Amino acid sequence: MRKFISVILALCLVAALAACAGDTTQESSTEPSSSASESSASEESTEPDTSEDQTDAEPADVMSYDEYVAAELDTEVTIEAYVQAKQSWWEDKATVYAQDEDGAYFLYDMACSEADYELLTPGTCIRVTGFKSEWSGEVEIIDGTFEIVEGGDSFIAEALDVTDLLGSEELIDHQNQFVQFKGLTVEASQDANGNEAAFLYNYDGSGSDGDDLYFNVSYNGETYTFTVESYLCDNTTDVYKAVTALEVGQTIDAEGFLYWYEGVNPHITSVTVVE
Amino acid sequence: MKRNHAWLALLLALCMVFLTGCHGSQERTAFTVPEQLDMSRNYDITFWAKNDTNMRQTEIYKQAISAFQALYPNITVTLRLYTDYGDIYNDVITNISTQTTPNVCITYPDHIATYLTGDNVVVPLDALFTDARYGLDGSEVLFDAPTMEEIVPEFLEECQVNGHYYAVPYMRSTEACYVNKTMVEKLGYTLPETLTWDFIWEVSEAAAATLGEDGVYAVNGQKVLIPFIYKSTDNMMIQMLRQLDAGYSSAAGDIQLFNDTTADLLLGIAGHTAAGAFSTFKISGYPANFLNAGQCIFAIDSTAGSTWMGSDAPLVDIPPEEIVDFETEVMMIPQFDPENPQMISQGPSICIFNKEDPQEVLASWLFTQYLLTDAVQIAYAETEGYVPVTTRAQNNADYQAYLDAAGTDTDTHYSVKIEATELLLEHLDDTFTTPVFNGSTSLRDAAGQLIEDVTKSVRRKQTVDAASIEKLYADTEALYHLDSISRSGGKTELGALPAASVALLVALAVVWAGILAWALAAWMRRRRKRGTRSV
Repeated sequence: MRKFISVILALCLVAALAACAGDTTQESSTEPSSSASESSASEESTEPDTSEDQTDAEPADVMSYDEYVAAELDTEVTIEAYVQAKQSWWEDKATVYAQDEDGAYFLYDMACSEADYELLTPGTCIRVTGFKSEWSGEVEIIDGTFEIVEGGDSFIAEALDVTDLLGSEELIDHQNQFVQFKGLTVEASQDANGNEAAFLYNYDGSGSDGDDLYFNVSYNGETYTFTVESYLCDNTTDVYKAVTALEVGQTIDAEGFLYWYEGVNPHITSVTVVE
Repeated sequence: MKRNHAWLALLLALCMVFLTGCHGSQERTAFTVPEQLDMSRNYDITFWAKNDTNMRQTEIYKQAISAFQALYPNITVTLRLYTDYGDIYNDVITNISTQTTPNVCITYPDHIATYLTGDNVVVPLDALFTDARYGLDGSEVLFDAPTMEEIVPEFLEECQVNGHYYAVPYMRSTEACYVNKTMVEKLGYTLPETLTWDFIWEVSEAAAATLGEDGVYAVNGQKVLIPFIYKSTDNMMIQMLRQLDAGYSSAAGDIQLFNDTTADLLLGIAGHTAAGAFSTFKISGYPANFLNAGQCIFAIDSTAGSTWMGSDAPLVDIPPEEIVDFETEVMMIPQFDPENPQMISQGPSICIFNKEDPQEVLASWLFTQYLLTDAVQIAYAETEGYVPVTTRAQNNADYQAYLDAAGTDTDTHYSVKIEATELLLEHLDDTFTTPVFNGSTSLRDAAGQLIEDVTKSVRRKQTVDAASIEKLYADTEALYHLDSISRSGGKTELGALPAASVALLVALAVVWAGILAWALAAWMRRRRKRGTRSV
């Protein structure tokens, strides 16, 4: 009898453990469907997830850069361009700098799964459909969806030297492009208390390590504010470290993307001290 | 027999192991207030704080830490700064799973409701409030802390979740409408004592109608004019619904947002947007930038953003040459019923995260309490259009002198900022908050998203009508998972147990029943044997 009871108990325990294992499987398979569809999408093709509307819609004609520039704000646009840099990903939305031979695009909060975000390596050709918009002077494509162009070639933009365009009206024609500035002088920045420094954490010095960096540079007697956008280049990057080591009066060369916020506000990706 | 005992012991041990595993290893024990703070030990506590990208606020935090550490040299406070509540929320959520939450954290009560989905994650403060030694104004507290009665009751009530206090208020603000009075009068209107929605829409549409064929608006002589810009469209929808006594959510967590009144409001907003009268921060940019450039007449933003508003604003984000001169009027947000105004109460609160060491929690509580002292409260409130959360600080002579000095300079005593502060002080009884439950953050986001989507649709020349709003409701509800929030306080209804789970529970019950039956049988046998020997 004792043997029998022991065997029954052991069988029950095995059954319980089997049920536990079964439950785990069940949980995995009932995880949010988005993750399942994300992984299958990335395994079966390189086409990222698109919204239902987008999938059902006829593919739109791809605009040239000039057509994009001519398009009115708040109209739907479709462009093809090459990823230059990724700024951020959060909750299935990606913000990306893209460019082609003719011009550049800032793709803000574009629908993108985390798996697809990994596919957006520099040079990758993508087709983006979204709405042309303007936020505080920055012209961008918002509410966009994208797909990777199968068999598309690759393109990495060389930095365009726009030093002599600083202060001119033509500079905005190169908005969002990968650009370089040469021979800039580091000027003192003033925090909210009037203290001077070569750079500030946040625009007024209210931040700390890891926040955006702001620093002033001058060229031909005019002073401009440059930014190291912490999402684009965090505090582990060379440019972040280089800017935190700047000294007032140094001469520098800088590269970055020609972002706009109430005026030119480049997002700097590299800084070299020349003198 | 001994061998069977060994097997049974093994089975029991296995059961214990698996049951312990099922229960989860992340749970902490509930906090209980220690008898006393062990001053012989050192404590390192982290404080995640939010500032409004304002250097002075950062300094006040640092000064507060320094002063507190002077009183408690064995407690070291490490400050981590954020400029966005959302970032704090996201980081806390990430750190809950790894048990690396901060000790003290600036927060919204909405966020706490989500944190509370984990057991014993956030410390309930009820016992700490009333502790005779370390509670508010307790006998062992080494500084002059406020009593519980001195915390403005309305503000304290906002920190209650599920019948317990999980936070203390830190600062309070509301929204204000910053008006370019000069432009209103140029259009031939006179500002009423209390703004109404009708007035704002009428003036805004009149301003938009001054657009000439040359693309220049006659009223401001510029090519850009957004007569009415709203910073937080979630607040816009919440306050409109509240003023109309329409549904948003119940205290228990019923989602009532998607109703006919909301649809009517959205259709109205769509019409005004089509007339060129309205846009939002998310779509166009900061209201202050448009206001100060003479490109906006009505800018609604927090009173905690008042230092950015007006021609003489001490904080600006646009080139000085773009700022125009105009008279700024600080007014209550527009009302549907001016006789019964209603406006939202908002602002940072402070919560304490639970730790294994109750002494560490007690040290965190003492620092939290220090942030309510007059010195911190008054200094921080003066950085923006904030109101101190204690009556003691509000009535402090220094604070009263600060208010009286409104307009004497364009910095500390900037008139727009102090008028925004006075607006809240005079209307404390007209403020309200929304119910807090797990999911209330999503509901708030959804409320704003409805306005953003409708406004964008109009700008994109897409149809906005009853049918499109019906679809918008469905899409928004799905996007924010509002269909999975239950009325019983936010716990998701998961439906019936899966068959495998039922099998597991039944099997466990059978095992336990078997164990008990076997133990009972063994006990009976022993009794019989003892009885036989005694004969």
